[in-house]
Amino acid sequence: MSTRADAIVAPPRIRWRSVSLRLDDFPVIPTLILVVIGLVAIFADVLAPHNPEVGSLAARFRPPFWQTGGSTQYLLGTDQLGRDVLSRLIFGARVSVVVGFTAVIFAGVVGTALGIVSGYLGGWVDQVIMRLTDTWLALPALTFAIFLAAIVGPSMWNIVIILGLTYWTRYARVIRGEVLSLKEREFVRLAIVAGCSKWTIMRRHILPNIINSAIVLGTLMLGVVIITEATLSFLGVGVPPPQPAWGLMLSDGKQGLMVGRWWLTMFPGCCIMLMVLSANLLGDWLRVKLDPQLRQL
Amino acid sequence: MSSLTPSFVNYEPTRRGLPVTTAPLLELQNLSTHYVSAQGTRVVRAVDQVSLRINAGETLGIVGESGSGKSTLALTILRILPPAARIVSGKMLFEGEDLLEKSESEMRHVRGKRIAMILQDPMASLNPLFTIGDQVAEPIRVHEGATRATAWSRAKDLLKSVRIPAPETRVTQYPHEMSGGMRQRIVGAIGISCEPRLLIADEPTTSLDLTIQAQYLNLLRELQREHHLALIFITHNLGIVAKMCDQLAVMYAGRVVETGPVSQIFNAPTHPYTEALLNSIPRMTDNTQRLTAIDGQPPDLAALPAGCAFAPRCPRVFDRCREAAPPEFSEGRGRTARCWLAAGSGAE
Amino acid sequence: MKQYIGRRIGYSLLSLFLLSLTIFFFVRVTGDPAALLVEPGASEADVAAIHHQFGLDRPLWVQYGIFMSSLFQGDLGQSFYYRTPVMELYLSRLPNSLILAVVAMGLSLLIGIPSGILAAVRVGGFWDSAGKVFALLGLSLPSFWVGLVLILVFSVFLGWLPSSGAGTPLHLIMPAFALGWYFAAAHMRLTRSSMLEVLGSEYVKLARIKGLPQSLVIAKHAFKNALIPVLTLAGINLVIMVNVAVVVETVFAWPGIGRLLYEGIAFRDFPVVQGVVVLGGAMIVIVNMVVDILYAVIDPRIRLER
Repeated sequence: MSTRADAIVAPPRIRWRSVSLRLDDFPVIPTLILVVIGLVAIFADVLAPHNPEVGSLAARFRPPFWQTGGSTQYLLGTDQLGRDVLSRLIFGARVSVVVGFTAVIFAGVVGTALGIVSGYLGGWVDQVIMRLTDTWLALPALTFAIFLAAIVGPSMWNIVIILGLTYWTRYARVIRGEVLSLKEREFVRLAIVAGCSKWTIMRRHILPNIINSAIVLGTLMLGVVIITEATLSFLGVGVPPPQPAWGLMLSDGKQGLMVGRWWLTMFPGCCIMLMVLSANLLGDWLRVKLDPQLRQL
Repeated sequence: MSSLTPSFVNYEPTRRGLPVTTAPLLELQNLSTHYVSAQGTRVVRAVDQVSLRINAGETLGIVGESGSGKSTLALTILRILPPAARIVSGKMLFEGEDLLEKSESEMRHVRGKRIAMILQDPMASLNPLFTIGDQVAEPIRVHEGATRATAWSRAKDLLKSVRIPAPETRVTQYPHEMSGGMRQRIVGAIGISCEPRLLIADEPTTSLDLTIQAQYLNLLRELQREHHLALIFITHNLGIVAKMCDQLAVMYAGRVVETGPVSQIFNAPTHPYTEALLNSIPRMTDNTQRLTAIDGQPPDLAALPAGCAFAPRCPRVFDRCREAAPPEFSEGRGRTARCWLAAGSGAE
Repeated sequence: MKQYIGRRIGYSLLSLFLLSLTIFFFVRVTGDPAALLVEPGASEADVAAIHHQFGLDRPLWVQYGIFMSSLFQGDLGQSFYYRTPVMELYLSRLPNSLILAVVAMGLSLLIGIPSGILAAVRVGGFWDSAGKVFALLGLSLPSFWVGLVLILVFSVFLGWLPSSGAGTPLHLIMPAFALGWYFAAAHMRLTRSSMLEVLGSEYVKLARIKGLPQSLVIAKHAFKNALIPVLTLAGINLVIMVNVAVVVETVFAWPGIGRLLYEGIAFRDFPVVQGVVVLGGAMIVIVNMVVDILYAVIDPRIRLER
């Protein structure tokens, strides 16, 4: 409507709270781990000693190099098809990183947008979106994700979409709550009085103040999404073979457990655990630093 | 008469206005309570070098703005402070014994039994899941080892004595079934249940309707007379002080800045803060158009200025005030003032 | 209170309706629901029969009507693999999942509540820090990982516990632990924060002022009040547990509905998958409603309200 009105009421942003990055607080190790995993994912082609998808049947079930029967050729051992575990771990990192981040961003964008719209506009729009999220939330994420995966069939991008669809509701709820309280603040009322259109207000006034929470929520969701992705792969509805995914490696290696082939499950499991732990620790730290209101989350 | 005096106060000194020679029931000497932040960096001097005394059967009013330390003082006396708080120095002599020397289990026997307290919000003070009877009978059972039957019948009597109608039905009801006024009476009943010598009332009428306030205050006075209680009445409302209290202590920024008999202070306050407080009460006979407020903001208790805490807002400030914090000066006739203006009139 | 119950029932009905819509929608959205609803390797005649049965060539709202009417009759189709009605299959496996969930819930409360109370009462101390670590681990370790580690330790290395199947209480221990682990951490966190809130409340303050011993203050005044949100959550979590047990049941080959879901996926048995999801969702909505109503009955504050 009136760009002039927009010009008059310049949005007074809540600045990124001057984050006193007290370095003794900063979770160095988790961040390092995440960075390493990220780098491994990017440079997988260069780092992996073997082809992760094709193995040599002569070299099946080799244990890690420090056990008898192992060799330094296959540092962490091989699986039932003779594929190098280390290489599969490295390429599996790529899946986890790509799927994890993309899904979180997807869910975040959709969820934040709908949360803002729902919270700000209120009325029937709000009701509809809220009922939808309620229903969505009624089903546990895992069940819902499995359901969708069974329908559309496995592929990496399908998984990303599925995860995004499953988790946007968590964003929407939290963001909506924040928007509801933001709505009452002075600068929003000023903007309304000055005649800014609803969309302008949402875009220029509300959104910048919500970004903090969205980011914190994103880091917290990262761990959850990765676990879900691993679970889907474990159950066989994740990223399809032969592409390596950590969850899939766990599922494949499960049978070997009873005969003592521990390396097939322990290594991928540790990778998942490290990545999720690091994401959670980083997310916790961010949450405390950036937005004390979210401490209850 | 001084134009400083609110019109509703009678000017005669009350019967207990003169200093007493018997030992006080409770005597606080240089009491200080500090809150320390988790990292140890911020220290909030919530209660700073407070000295007060109250005699048996007397009513002492403690007046101050929010944040002046009144509630912390009350909690300090009972030694129920949050973990971040520390009683740093001083003595609390109750019936001759120093409460600070007592162990926690000894303090437990003091609380509720010899010193009781009423809190401000009666809805929050009562546990929503337990009946009224249970909550009133509880201290009796704990402190006196009474059986359930005995304690419950005492509870009914107590409800009667705080003028709650139909106590037999009320004992089995829950807090949310009562009105605000009734709840506060119940809290009062809990307070006097074990016949304490001292009752501390922390803003008991603030959350009550105005019409109920007067009734409640009358009730407190009657209870005080019947049970020969000493009453410490914490409030920010000078009107209540005028009606209820014999002695008055004014607190500012954690320190006691003036004490003395109520009528004398109202007639002729020494400390400029007290004067300003009295001035800010609007009077019906006044012709002035604007309300008088005290300029400025209460100070940050973690970063108090070097001199007198009130200096930044004081209309009668002079150089000495900013350099050094004044000690408590005695002005005779039971009055003290922590102000350099009182320096000439007496000994420290 | 009647109004309150009425409203809760209304909301639940609405949720159930939306749930059915969602499921219906997603099955149809792929464009070719026949691919899912028809057995792999079916003949032309079979495909035609399926088309007719589900009305796949009729307008969407008619299809929805057919879908809902069969739902109401408890007809969720027939499993391709087992050749028995899905509902029957589900009901036969449900008790196993319930047993697992109940034991897992019991474990999670047994571990979660006391540790939460300890952490709150000794806030900032050793137990609180230990609790925080526990909470973090609970959140970060997927249940199948916990299960696999348990198998490795207790079945492979120590040989104490059986690694799969059901039948004896020994079979139950590891799956219950793996399933309950995450929830133990969640319950601990909630107990701790709820307890902290209650400990800071005015009525606890008054209880101390009354001179009650600390043990009585905690056991009587704080405990009951603090538990309310935890037990509410536990009730809801029980149903969620039944549904997310799919992984644990798969790892330990526990014959519950989770494993049924897994079989449905593995064998491309779509009616089973759909059935488990529909019933799971419905179960959650209904149990939520029941818990809310129970809460209203128990808490005197709500009971005596209108």
